Amino acid sequence: MITAHKQPLSPHLQIYRPQLTSMMSILHRATGVFLSLGTLVMAYWLIAAAKGPEAYQQAQSLLGSWVGLLLLFGWSFSLFYHLCNGIRHLFWDAGLGTDIKTAYTTGKLVWVVTFILTALTWLLAFSMTGGG
Amino acid sequence: MDNLRTPLSRVRLWGSAREGTNTFIAQRLTAIALVPLLLWFVAVVIFLIVKADYVTFVSWIRSSWNTELLILMILVLFHHTHAGLHEVVEDYVHNEIIKAITMVSMKFFVIGITVASVLAVLRIALGG
Repeated sequence: MITAHKQPLSPHLQIYRPQLTSMMSILHRATGVFLSLGTLVMAYWLIAAAKGPEAYQQAQSLLGSWVGLLLLFGWSFSLFYHLCNGIRHLFWDAGLGTDIKTAYTTGKLVWVVTFILTALTWLLAFSMTGGG
Repeated sequence: MDNLRTPLSRVRLWGSAREGTNTFIAQRLTAIALVPLLLWFVAVVIFLIVKADYVTFVSWIRSSWNTELLILMILVLFHHTHAGLHEVVEDYVHNEIIKAITMVSMKFFVIGITVASVLAVLRIALGG
């Protein structure tokens, strides 16, 4: 028999105080969705390159504009974050590092490596073009 | 991606009757493959593409290893992207009809853009 009374729901996001672990979990998804948009730009860039030198040059200058660079910066940061945190997830799937202390340590490690890789990427990229 | 479960688990009828396990494992396998592939791609963008003219870029793609790795990366990347987006839709879209429409159109779109990207690489590599 179906009764209409409401079942209690388990507490959801807004009940909890934000923590490093929960925020990083949400950010993993957010960066993943944002990176999906980046794959479209990658596809556009490859298709432009296949069209010929002019289309390729146009794509390159679009990506080299300040809006393009800002987006590329966002995508590089998101990529490194999602990649590092993804490795953390893979260890969890293997049953490793799931205790709270380790989860916090690896969480902080993900941030450190993400910042280092993002900074390194842009330092190298700008040194390649001589600051341009 | 069929039959990634152990024979024992199937014969004992363990786990889901549907394909959740295969989806789960495929998402992890593509993730593992993407770690080296994407680090390689970022390095290529930094050291070559940032400063390369069209001719250098084309000759780089034409080297057979680069063609292969690039196509591999595209296939695995879009598979993983689709898996992630699918999961997000599963979790946050509650209207069954909208969910079904979103999932089907997402799948069509991702397959379309995957083919277009691979085709672009092949056209450059084979000089079409």
